[in-house]
Amino acid sequence: MGGDAAGPIPDASHDFAIWEKRVDALMVLCAERGHFTVDGLRRVLEDMPAENYDTMSYYERWIVSINQNLIEGGVYSTAELAAKMSEVAARGDTYGDATGG
Amino acid sequence: MGMQQVAEFVSSQTVRVRTDIPPGHVRTPYYLRGKTGVIERTLGPFPNPEDLAYGVPAQPLQLLRVRFAMQEVWGHAAERPNDTIEAEIYAHWLETVT
Amino acid sequence: MPHDHHDHLSPSGHPYRPDNDTVLTYWQQMEIAIRELLIEKQIVTAAQIAGQIADMDARSPADGAAVVARAWTDPAFLERLRADGSAATREMGFDIGPMKLIAVENTETLHNVVVCTLCSCYPRNLLGLPPDWYKSRAYRSRTVREPRSVLAEFGVTLPDTVEVRVHDSTADMRYVVIPARPAGTEGLDEAALANLVTRDSMIGTGLARSLRP
Repeated sequence: MGGDAAGPIPDASHDFAIWEKRVDALMVLCAERGHFTVDGLRRVLEDMPAENYDTMSYYERWIVSINQNLIEGGVYSTAELAAKMSEVAARGDTYGDATGG
Repeated sequence: MGMQQVAEFVSSQTVRVRTDIPPGHVRTPYYLRGKTGVIERTLGPFPNPEDLAYGVPAQPLQLLRVRFAMQEVWGHAAERPNDTIEAEIYAHWLETVT
Repeated sequence: MPHDHHDHLSPSGHPYRPDNDTVLTYWQQMEIAIRELLIEKQIVTAAQIAGQIADMDARSPADGAAVVARAWTDPAFLERLRADGSAATREMGFDIGPMKLIAVENTETLHNVVVCTLCSCYPRNLLGLPPDWYKSRAYRSRTVREPRSVLAEFGVTLPDTVEVRVHDSTADMRYVVIPARPAGTEGLDEAALANLVTRDSMIGTGLARSLRP
């Protein structure tokens, strides 16, 4: 990325949503507990196709990386994740419904 | 990961970043490969992040802050040749320039 | 956002936090699932997650501004900050966790600016989370190649007599810029000086505010 041509620096900014802050917190806490390293986080982020930077937000890319590192580290299985995600989706249509308020 | 023999560097030494394009995760920016700079300070040792990234045992390595002139990095495209850029480069990516 | 939250109550009867009433996305679904799995497996507790968020929310550029103001007024502190940025910052009572900090000083002939081309490394444990533009592809791509042009977009135009030095946070260290102290501030105390220190001035895309006459 360093040195590539690119347009003006975007000046839009936003406050972080609670789900984004939770992603951030999960990264810090799992790293502190030795379940993955910041380098592992970076590896998955950097291995992503460039178009992910246009189609996904920052913390969307982070949750993908956290997930891949935790599965590789044996913290949970893909089957456990799939079951839990179905359970979450069945709770409601909004983030608030699905996360229990 | 096997232990590599890696040279020990000191401040003010002139070094060149290797031009390798190895497979896997690396911590060395592409735009600095093959460029020559001067060690601004020595840091570390820190475990090799290229191994940490895969959760495998990582060799402790010296980390060097290397200062490059913009002219060296970007040639004629540099905005001002004597502006500088500093980056942290792990010892196994550096070779001594004599 | 002009949403009306009053008719949207959680099962407990309390309104959802404003950012909770958006349609659940796939990635949010994954965040909830991972968080609950980690709690079930007793790797983290809900309280620890809330505590980490509170810790991060409590960090802000004001913390860095206090460090800069101390460095401007206390030469012995400035020496300690130069020698070991992390230790000097902790000495002021800031909990920066394991962060390894290097402070770089702007002078009449040198202007420092910080970027991370590989990801988005930032002295977050001192300044809080980075602004969106710091994480943008444009900032990360261009700052190492045309820093003067990037700085000009931020309203910082530097004469040719000033060297621009870009710091690419490629590895383990994090960088904070000590901006140059504005002229005419000799009579100000530390708290008043800290008010002149902006977030961008500590990234290097801004200067410290000058005194209004």
